[in-house]
Amino acid sequence: MEIKKPPSKTNLLISRIGLSITRNSEQAAKAGKKRKFLPGTLVFHFRPRRVPHAAARFTQTWGLGGIALVLVLLLFSTGLMLKLAYKPFPDMAYDSILTIQRDVHFGLWVRNIHHWSANFLAIVLFLHMQRVFFTGGFRHPRQFNWVVGLVLFLLVLASNFTGYLLPWDQLAYWAITISTGMLDYVPLFGGWLQTVIRGGPEIGPSSLLLFFAVHTAFLPMGIFLVMMFHFWRVRKAGGVVVPMMPATEEAQGASTPVFPDLLLKELVTALAAVAFVLIFSAMFNAPLEMKANPGLSPNPAKAPWFFIGMQEMLLHVHPFFAVLVIPLLMLGGLLALPYLNDASPAGGVWFYSAKGRRMGITSAVAAVIFSAAGILGDAFLFDLTNALPALPSVIVSGVLPIAVFSGVVAIFMIFLQRRYAADSNEMIQSIYIFVMTGYVVLTITCLWLRGVNMALAWPWG
Amino acid sequence: MKQQKKPKETEARPVTPRRGFLNMLWWALGALAIAELIGLVVAFIRPGKKASQKEGYGGLVTCGPTSDFQVNTVTAFQRGHFYLARLKSGGFMALSRKCTHLGCTVIWDEKKSHFECPCHASAFNLAGDVISKPAPRALDYHRIIIENNIVKVDTGKRIKRQRFSDDQVTAV
Ligand code: HEM
Ligand code: HEM
Ligand code: FES
Repeated sequence: MEIKKPPSKTNLLISRIGLSITRNSEQAAKAGKKRKFLPGTLVFHFRPRRVPHAAARFTQTWGLGGIALVLVLLLFSTGLMLKLAYKPFPDMAYDSILTIQRDVHFGLWVRNIHHWSANFLAIVLFLHMQRVFFTGGFRHPRQFNWVVGLVLFLLVLASNFTGYLLPWDQLAYWAITISTGMLDYVPLFGGWLQTVIRGGPEIGPSSLLLFFAVHTAFLPMGIFLVMMFHFWRVRKAGGVVVPMMPATEEAQGASTPVFPDLLLKELVTALAAVAFVLIFSAMFNAPLEMKANPGLSPNPAKAPWFFIGMQEMLLHVHPFFAVLVIPLLMLGGLLALPYLNDASPAGGVWFYSAKGRRMGITSAVAAVIFSAAGILGDAFLFDLTNALPALPSVIVSGVLPIAVFSGVVAIFMIFLQRRYAADSNEMIQSIYIFVMTGYVVLTITCLWLRGVNMALAWPWG
Repeated sequence: MKQQKKPKETEARPVTPRRGFLNMLWWALGALAIAELIGLVVAFIRPGKKASQKEGYGGLVTCGPTSDFQVNTVTAFQRGHFYLARLKSGGFMALSRKCTHLGCTVIWDEKKSHFECPCHASAFNLAGDVISKPAPRALDYHRIIIENNIVKVDTGKRIKRQRFSDDQVTAV
């Protein structure tokens, strides 16, 4: 018989602490029942044990949701580091950024990582949204998670917007001036809202303090909470959307264990994303212009790139439509999307159907042609304001051009419907593609194709 | 279990008109509480009154004796964020330097004798009227007080207008 040496007091204490962390009771340990810490408990709060093969395929999601999470975590960690050195006051903010870049160890890199992650996040979320839409991930039972996702999107845009002002350089100051200036055109409550957001009549000390507080406390907290809810709903819906499986026993059984197979894939994707951002940030510096000078405006002054599509619209149609009606319609449309068509259970199939894919390509091409034609036509061909001076400008530069443009688009959509004998889901998808492509064209035009005085120009010219 | 529970619940809580009304009252009170909370937060973050009493921009700015300013000239007052213009008639106008398009700072071009906005090329004449778009209306202006031939400008309030008219000018 073997005589066990009684464990020393220190060893006992250590093993007790260990047991308390891994949630094994002492009795369970004595009885020889061991629960594994990581795979056993923590992970399976979020994940099932096995997922269908299709769900684990990289091209089912392109890992975009996971990459978004990685970027958010990078933003939170670098943001907290920046916060240690940043001073949210107009006479100190710019200098504190210079200090971060020059004197803080790795400061320049950390600022670059924050800057690039923020910009990549906006792009990755846009792509994630497209992935979800085109695989039908917004249909029952995931309808509400689409809405939750939209809230996340708005919160991230708000973070990008409030962060934009913080460096307090010429770029920041005038971009925020311009985009809050758009609120002047919103009737009734626009001016009031503008004063609240700016913390006064102009961008100044109170704006900076407000933006800083919102950027580093309110929004991160909101994003964190809503994100957790988003993930929980993904799990509750039974994981990501996958194509309906053939009802054979074999096919239904085709599943992959989450640990380690899926987790390993996700880890690789996450590490690749982190590596990409870190290397990119080591190579390219975040822009920093001269210190903000409220007396000296740059030419041209542009809104931050994620809002620049609105500025482009403002050049063509009456402000009431450009900054209020059209953005609200787009937001409302996106919110309503999952509730417009859920008669079909089809999900997990890219572009809904082969027909849907062909129609989608046609509408994307049409959107590029129509919006380019609209922009060029407005610049070089018709001048309605001078042609019809008697009518109020809401009609001449608002109702009239929008009616003409929508009419043309409607005719195109009817043609598309006839041509392909499409059902309503395919039509909604085509309209969605048209609107999204149109907005991208507006964004690219204003961002890269407008030079001095906002006149059309080649980016290299 | 579940099946047993359901009928019990409906039995125990018949929704009488009175209970319905009281329920509604609770909801209304809840909504009121939330509205108050939102109102409080909004009132808190809204800019306070202090701003309008300070020196410089937002307060009363003293420009100097009327004789300092020639007819048909413009003088910039950086501190007050406005331009003091003396029109042909000899009257004064204090024009906000904020472009009515999207809020950039307009600059006075001496040679062309008009205000120009660098951001998207709007232009305004000496009295603030639009001479080239995209600006939708004339520059805002401030109230001017002339006491003992000293010009003072009240920058606490920007006055909006569509276009120039004579009653906006302060005569000497
Ligand atoms: C989704 C989350 C976030 C986004 C999208 C975001 C976005 C941005 C952007 C676009 C800038 C301007 C950077 C530049 O161009 O120079 C910025 C700056 C800044 N952010 Fe964030 N941020 C996020 C989270 C955070 C958090 C959680 C903190 C801190 C608690 C933080 C602290 C800061 C600070 C101190 C700056 C000023 C430093 C600088 O401008 O380089 N951010 N942020
Ligand atoms: C910070 C922002 C976000 C994060 C971190 C995030 C993360 C994720 C993750 C990890 C998934 C699991 C599948 C995948 O990786 O694609 C997912 C699914 C989903 N996301 Fe997001 N997401 C965000 C924003 C959005 C936005 C902007 C939308 C749409 C407007 C959206 C709508 C959805 C929907 C509907 C699903 C379920 C789709 C399915 O089951 O296939 N999310 N999200
Ligand atoms: S802000 Fe002056 S022209 Fe746009």
